[in-house]
Amino acid sequence: MWEYTDKVMDHFLNPRNVGEVENPDGTGEVGSLACGDALKLTFKLDKNGKIADVKFKTFGCASAIASSSVLTELIKGKTIAEASKVTNKEIAEYLGGLPEQKMHCSVMGREALEAAIENYQTGGSKKHQLEGKIVCTCFGVTDKEIERVIKENNLTTVEQVTNFTKAGGGCGGCKPKIQEIIDSIRGQKEKQHVQMPQKGQKLTNIQKISLIERTINEQIRPALRADGGDIELVDVEGKKVIVALRGMCAGCKTAEFTMKDVVEARLREFVCDDIVVEEQKENQ
Amino acid sequence: MKTIYFDNNATSRVAPEVLEVMLPLFSELYGNPSSMHSFGGQIAQMIKKARQQVADLLGCDSSEIIFTSGGTESDNAAIKGVIEANPQKRKIVTTRVEHPAVLSTCRELETLGFTIVELGVDRQGNLDLDELKERVDANTAVVSIMYANNETGVIFPMEKIAEIVSGSGAVLHTDAVQAVGKIPLNLSKSKIDLLSLSGHKLHGPKGIGVLYIKKGTRISPFIVGGHQESGKRAGTENTAAIVGIGKACELAAKFLDDENTRVKKLRDKLEEEILKTCPDSKLNGDKKNRLPNTTNISFEFVEGEAILLMLDKFGICASSGSACTSGSLEPSHVMRAMGVPFTAAHGSIRFSLSRYNTEEEVDFLIEKLPPIINRLRQLSPFVNKK
Repeated sequence: MWEYTDKVMDHFLNPRNVGEVENPDGTGEVGSLACGDALKLTFKLDKNGKIADVKFKTFGCASAIASSSVLTELIKGKTIAEASKVTNKEIAEYLGGLPEQKMHCSVMGREALEAAIENYQTGGSKKHQLEGKIVCTCFGVTDKEIERVIKENNLTTVEQVTNFTKAGGGCGGCKPKIQEIIDSIRGQKEKQHVQMPQKGQKLTNIQKISLIERTINEQIRPALRADGGDIELVDVEGKKVIVALRGMCAGCKTAEFTMKDVVEARLREFVCDDIVVEEQKENQ
Repeated sequence: MKTIYFDNNATSRVAPEVLEVMLPLFSELYGNPSSMHSFGGQIAQMIKKARQQVADLLGCDSSEIIFTSGGTESDNAAIKGVIEANPQKRKIVTTRVEHPAVLSTCRELETLGFTIVELGVDRQGNLDLDELKERVDANTAVVSIMYANNETGVIFPMEKIAEIVSGSGAVLHTDAVQAVGKIPLNLSKSKIDLLSLSGHKLHGPKGIGVLYIKKGTRISPFIVGGHQESGKRAGTENTAAIVGIGKACELAAKFLDDENTRVKKLRDKLEEEILKTCPDSKLNGDKKNRLPNTTNISFEFVEGEAILLMLDKFGICASSGSACTSGSLEPSHVMRAMGVPFTAAHGSIRFSLSRYNTEEEVDFLIEKLPPIINRLRQLSPFVNKK
């Protein structure tokens, strides 16, 4: 049995603001019967532009109903600008936390709110549309949505993404794609946080290796990939950098040229002027 | 608050008579049945009696009964044991609606290179026997088909299935965990080779099960390290539980009539009233061809977990095939195999009764459930759209 907080049970058994607002200024509908949960949110603004009345209808489990109920409490009395800042994290925190596998319920709340605001801003003319490209076809989750949830909740694994968005929870075919999205976002984050060493500084061995890796990843590999090849860093011994060429590059007649004029030249340019590159042969 | 238990396909209450015979084995009767003294020897006698009690319920010889740790072990041992004993055969035939104990075992073997055929079912949850006939061939090591489905109670025609399989040379295993004790079985006239049963589904203790192995069936030992259980399943016997499951089987035989008359009537009343009073409710599975204690009802446009948690407030226990209750994101594989629409599968609830249920309990449910369904329907964005 799920461990729900008292707050979740309270909002499930005594949901606030159930129903539909008459002549709403904004309407948001997300989810579907097939997905196992769905939420319809309607709101009306007062003359100062604040949310005067908001109501919900939800098909779903206890945590879906509780998340919807809390969402209405959170945005009541707020302006559109204020309300649009509400995140799924806030909804979950207000409930004293949700089981990890149920986090997607809080995400559904935030999505419904966004859809309702968008509907209001376009004068009720525009129906909420999915942004980005569909990654998970089973549950209709887009790359944009996955990226956003990863960033807002600091997610690091595919399993977490599934718990938050359902993506990957059906046939599982999109799991590699989700991993790619995680990798690309985490890669960006690492770049933001880690001060990369610069050429010209006195480098420690670790700094040097990481600078070599980065140079290979960013400057050398893309060029080789364009020709169907690849490169792998094998070892660094002082000034000597040992690499292996893969794919089309391995066994290419102009490999020697590639090593000197591309790999070594780039490493000298970005890391250190006296680097010597050696190739590790396939069978070594 | 009183517990009203309608979840007997999940597990059942240990019968007081069962507990009574088990208790001495936890205190003064602690001997090892393999010992060469009468203190241990008396336990061996008790185990012998329990083996006979199980055999009597199944209508087989006591030498064909192997005690295991439960239904899941029996299922694993049956399938893997046959595969190991018949290394030249590379195919397993099963169904899409099996319990995970069978389905996961088969899928694990699939990753090892075996071919797995999963037979589908129709909207009522019934198998197509012609398809079975087509798919079983000389390369098939084992056919594993459940006797009765745990979610819907639908019973498969096991004797017809046994006729088809016996001609092919494949071993037939059936997971009868839900069937034993609820419907009459007689293995003496049957062509079933292997059958799994579980203690805690028939008012016995947890942690004990049985694998029936028909004489002459080729199957490898599944736990080695001792002579116990004919060398098939080594390890000092779980003596108290074995004595307990023996008693539970004796009682099951005694109450079989009650199960198929009084319990069935209670189930039918519950089902009829609920279907009558709750809007957009539908029965899942073949109405005629099923266990006397089980009903599976879908409440469209509402979600199963929410129903269960509201029933829980009244002490009423049941279970659901909805995605949310399992922690997975898709509804029950049985509902999906039957082609139950998602709208109904997410709101499916199983009530499974036992001889300990009373008419008052059924009446209590009939009174409490419709308001819960109506309340959740008022919350649902789909109800007024129709």
